[in-house]
Amino acid sequence: MSTQIDTLEPLPAPEPERPPGRKLSPREWMRENLFGSVFDTVLTVVFGLFLLWLAYRIGRFVFFDARWEIVERNITNLMVGSYPRDELWRLWAALFVLAASLGFGTGALGVQRRREVAEGRANPVGKGGLRRLGPLILLVGVLLWFGGSLEALLLVLAISAVGAAFNFLGMRTPRRLERYVPLIVLAGIVVAFLVVGSFGGVGWNRWGGLLLTVFLAVSAILLSFPIGVLLALGRRSSLPAVRAVCVAYIELFRGVPLITILFMAFFMIGFFLPEGVDPPSLVTRAIIGFVLFTSAYIAEIVRGGLQSVPTGQIEAAQALGLSPFRTTRRIVLPQALRAVIPGLVGQFISLYKDTSLVFILALTELLAIAQNITKQPDFLAQGLYVETLVFASFIYWTGSYWMSRESQRLERRLGLGER
Amino acid sequence: MLRVTFQAVFLVGVVLFLLFLFDNVVYNLERQGIPTGFDYLRQPAGFAIPDTDFRSSQSLRDALVVGVQNTLKVSLLGIVLATIVGVAVGVARLSTNWLVRRVAALYVETFRNIPVLVIILFWYLGVMIRLPPIRDAFELLDLLAISNRGIVVPWFDKVGAGLTFGLIALVAVAAAVAVWIWRTRRFDRTGEPHQRVRWAGGVLLLILGVGFVLTGRPWTVTTPEVGELSTTGGFRLSPEYAALLIALSLYTASHIAEIVRGSILSVPRGQSEAANAVGLSGFQRLRFVVLPQAFRISIPPISNQYLNLTKNSSLGVAISYYEVTKVTQVSIAQSAPAVQAIVILMGIYLVISLLIALVANLANRRLTLRGHR
Repeated sequence: MSTQIDTLEPLPAPEPERPPGRKLSPREWMRENLFGSVFDTVLTVVFGLFLLWLAYRIGRFVFFDARWEIVERNITNLMVGSYPRDELWRLWAALFVLAASLGFGTGALGVQRRREVAEGRANPVGKGGLRRLGPLILLVGVLLWFGGSLEALLLVLAISAVGAAFNFLGMRTPRRLERYVPLIVLAGIVVAFLVVGSFGGVGWNRWGGLLLTVFLAVSAILLSFPIGVLLALGRRSSLPAVRAVCVAYIELFRGVPLITILFMAFFMIGFFLPEGVDPPSLVTRAIIGFVLFTSAYIAEIVRGGLQSVPTGQIEAAQALGLSPFRTTRRIVLPQALRAVIPGLVGQFISLYKDTSLVFILALTELLAIAQNITKQPDFLAQGLYVETLVFASFIYWTGSYWMSRESQRLERRLGLGER
Repeated sequence: MLRVTFQAVFLVGVVLFLLFLFDNVVYNLERQGIPTGFDYLRQPAGFAIPDTDFRSSQSLRDALVVGVQNTLKVSLLGIVLATIVGVAVGVARLSTNWLVRRVAALYVETFRNIPVLVIILFWYLGVMIRLPPIRDAFELLDLLAISNRGIVVPWFDKVGAGLTFGLIALVAVAAAVAVWIWRTRRFDRTGEPHQRVRWAGGVLLLILGVGFVLTGRPWTVTTPEVGELSTTGGFRLSPEYAALLIALSLYTASHIAEIVRGSILSVPRGQSEAANAVGLSGFQRLRFVVLPQAFRISIPPISNQYLNLTKNSSLGVAISYYEVTKVTQVSIAQSAPAVQAIVILMGIYLVISLLIALVANLANRRLTLRGHR
């Protein structure tokens, strides 16, 4: 209810809060943003010189000084480790399957989002288009450059074409089939996984390089998610015993560094098993360690989402006579999980970066191979660490930067963090 | 009744599961002839710890103590450095200068998106051990000597009656605290400017200075002298320590910068506008209105980063910096029982984490404004 104050004259129209956007000429822009005062000018000069120096050093290293031969000759090692070279076609096939299912999923999701925006249920975010894929395209471009193989280039183009085609198809999904889209995407991932690892393929114990890095991150997040949700629900439970156990688990694994949990998974699991049970392989142990660690963090993220669901929602569900289980399943969780998607993406990003830790335990993921190839006879004792580390950082950086940008986009669209 | 039964069953299940694991561990240890219990801690370590006085004949327990000291050494200094760099970069991200803003953003985006382990390895393998050997050490104004044997910085050296001066220093601190309290009370009573920083600092420096001269200058500053094979004087940071410290600080600073930026942005604009309206200068507005509020908001997330830095110091294991994780790893390799060693390791980190969380909570409670939560 607003009360109208009686005035003799009509109220003046409210002043716009900011002056209307004005296109500055380059000169004015520079004056405003670079040379506003003496201090500003000094800052601009100092930072400008620093940037020039940095660009010069990096440029000279990347284009002249660096000996990229070590990366060029080991590009397959860096990508897949000791995955048998005769079976590489399986990886390409899996990429085709993934491109198809993910392209289809993003297409369908895009339509859904646009409809939500049109109905005012989500904030509009700029279209972005291909620019959204910028970091990934850069990554693939650099990898192809180092690979230097025409065949690979053609395959990548074909994969992109398949992805685009299925994206187009996804945008035309009938509305009643939309609820099956996540299932289709998941099925695609499972099929890709089976193509690489089963039916005469090679089990994950012999995977390596970027393949192992991605596999560790994806499998750990998929396995931790349900455990994390259960832990979060347990921590919010009204039953003190359940709460205590969940709190103990969460605080224990959040209070110690990941590397100690990995130590535990590597050195202790054998002791926990009863006699006669063989200890799992090293990769499986790593996954167990990551799941123990990540589920505690996911529990805290999900707890935040649970707390963000207004109590009125739960009371309304109770008033309608829903059982506690159905209240949680149908009312609370859908809203909570929607709110925590960006947090989960953030957790996945740190997991993706944290997979590098298994290098300490002698698993051959990306970072380990980047280290090991400097010990090859041809490159031994030539101090090529910088080249391989820069290359590994580049792979981590593009993936992680791309995901964090997408997550920010998602946050804006869901209108999180706005009050 | 149903609730009680369910909880009882749940608890019994959990306890039985833990007992099952424990029983398996004990059985497996005995079957393999590995000692149970923690007596192994008294055995000689069998390895020396570089850059410390620790010798291989000392016990494993002492090795762990040295490891914890090293962990704290890198964590505490790292926290200080990360805070300084992080706050500077966070403020720079909001600068009115376009170039400064972009450089700060570049820094944050670079370091946030690379695994901290890669940054550590880069500083160690890519920078520290590639520095010139000692006889060609890079020197800066006789204050720093940087070589592949580490970084030597000026340090204090005791030459005389340290104890007397130590007592005088205690007196100085006590006097400064007293003056601080007096100025604060006076301010509360009369409302005159307290200027307690100047008063207390002045008293502290005065007493310290007079005491220093009277006790015959018991401390001198030594600067590094570069020799043929080693340096003398100053304090040497080993390459491993320096690499870990720099990498952890830079990585954590990028996260702190984002927190600082977010908390400054979260101070409502009305506050700044009100400060302008009552005629505060730009600096006063930052100092008395914006930053105090931003600081309060940022305490919990920043203390979380401190915790992360401390936990990430365990990655010193990758470059053989002998913090507590490396000590544990080496002692397992030297046939200490893995199960007990890892349990102790996790216990140590839990205690450190809890201590940091405790300090952070105290600070948070003390600084939260009344009426805000």
